[in-house]
Amino acid sequence: MKKMFSNKLNIILFLLPALLLFLGILIAPIILSGYYSLFDWNGFGKKVFIGFANYKELFTSNAIGFMKALGNSMILALLSVCIQLPLALGLALALGKGIKGERAFLSIYFIPVLISTVVIGQLFLKIYNPSYGILNVVLRKLGLDNLAKIWLGTKETALGSVFVPTLWQYVGYHMLLMYAGVKSVPPELREAAMLDGATDGQVNRYIVLPYIKPIIKISVIFAITGSLKSFDLIYVLTNGGPLHSTEVPSTLMINMLFLRNRYGMGSTIAVMLIILCFGFALLINAVFKEDK
Amino acid sequence: MTRNSSKVKNTFLYIGLIFWALINLFPVYWMFTFSLKNNDEIFGANVAGLPQHWLWSNYSSAMGTGKMGVYFMNSIIVASATILITLIASLMATYAMTRLVLKRRLTMNKFFMLGLTIPIHASIVPIYVTLSRLHLLNTYWALIVPYSAFSLSMGILICTGFMNDLPRELDEAACIDGCGVWGIFFRIIVPLMKPAVATIGIYTFLQCWNELMFANIFISNSAYKTLPVGIQALSGQYTTEWGPIGAALVLATFPTLFVYVFLSKKIQESFIAGAVKG
Repeated sequence: MKKMFSNKLNIILFLLPALLLFLGILIAPIILSGYYSLFDWNGFGKKVFIGFANYKELFTSNAIGFMKALGNSMILALLSVCIQLPLALGLALALGKGIKGERAFLSIYFIPVLISTVVIGQLFLKIYNPSYGILNVVLRKLGLDNLAKIWLGTKETALGSVFVPTLWQYVGYHMLLMYAGVKSVPPELREAAMLDGATDGQVNRYIVLPYIKPIIKISVIFAITGSLKSFDLIYVLTNGGPLHSTEVPSTLMINMLFLRNRYGMGSTIAVMLIILCFGFALLINAVFKEDK
Repeated sequence: MTRNSSKVKNTFLYIGLIFWALINLFPVYWMFTFSLKNNDEIFGANVAGLPQHWLWSNYSSAMGTGKMGVYFMNSIIVASATILITLIASLMATYAMTRLVLKRRLTMNKFFMLGLTIPIHASIVPIYVTLSRLHLLNTYWALIVPYSAFSLSMGILICTGFMNDLPRELDEAACIDGCGVWGIFFRIIVPLMKPAVATIGIYTFLQCWNELMFANIFISNSAYKTLPVGIQALSGQYTTEWGPIGAALVLATFPTLFVYVFLSKKIQESFIAGAVKG
């Protein structure tokens, strides 16, 4: 029987479809992206080898504005970690201790996660519409005319206006993960603490939070790498404008590729995104480990 | 006294929870209502109420001039093919990594798990260049193959959990009965993996149904556009008329929400399974 399970040909055949897909579509393109990033190339003509000049230009040129784009995605990441995750945690703790209507609330809060980002973007385009959007209409009805703004078209408000739909879309996702964690806390632990006279707050602080720390770590990683990668919503809402005030690395990359035909530079941004995503994932892992 | 204060606290808690529920539901409600209104109602006469005249013609505009029917079918085709390929590839690979005698099976598994962190952007330039050289831009395959590759890691992750739970005695019994590795795989393992299949199917479906970046770049011919790209095109067509756009948004969202009503628990589980073990 052992022989049958160790037949090399069978092993290879079983692994083949997955390996072909994985190597062909994920691994090889990453290596190719790294290779392209060393060239000045418009996609069809001759490639000119320029070493790390693309990287140098990326980090120093104001005309490209990569640092600005990176800064914007870091602001989005910070907002996510400081607003979205605490909100999600609060909801998860409230629902997780077992209240009436727990399932119903949970299911409603998760609805936005299922809606396509393009649909959410289109919906918020309508909500933010300066003349007919429901946001400005409501503000005017309340007599707050001076608060009504061209939300997505003003440099100062654009990034914040882009963040709100992100928040709306993903709070439910983080809440669900944390809720699953809260629910996995053994009831005996909770009961024992309650018998000792701990309040809800103390139970959450000393029992639940340490227990769900691995999940909080995952949420932080998702929130930060998600902000680095964010594209769909910004593409639909502002496409990086006005005046690059909502530019993020992905919109910049698409711009380089398909507006300016700079395939080398586009690849450089792609490589930086991979490095940053892995870098942040490792960093957050390390921070959470040290905390123990 | 303490009883009263906890009652007050509870009331506040519920007010908060209900308020957040309304924030979650309102945009969806608003989308449904304005998909049935004309511009007069949307732009002032009746901004947030139920439509006065239910304007179903918005839906026929979205389906007809807006081509939502085509986009919808394309999304179904791409999603179904992607789910099928992801399932076959991840079931087979997981079987090899959990059941067959394989050196470095853990390294192999870790290698596949890299896909969970690699951003989809990473491969966009090489894939675009390759597709255009092979004249495969504007085909279903241009989306199906990359989507399958990017769903694979999650598929293997979910399969591994489920397959490790299947008792090995099953394989042994089947072996004694004369089954080969392929027989064990197809007759014993695959039929028992139904819960994993459902979880992977749901997860992959949502990824494909909602993906914009690849679809936007690889597909420019409207005969092959999927819903996210199609909606972008449609909103460009109807810049001044909101009704048909609303109808398109509802058409793209309705199937997911409809399934969610019946399978909310299963869908939530598939998201948890994907994240927590990663």
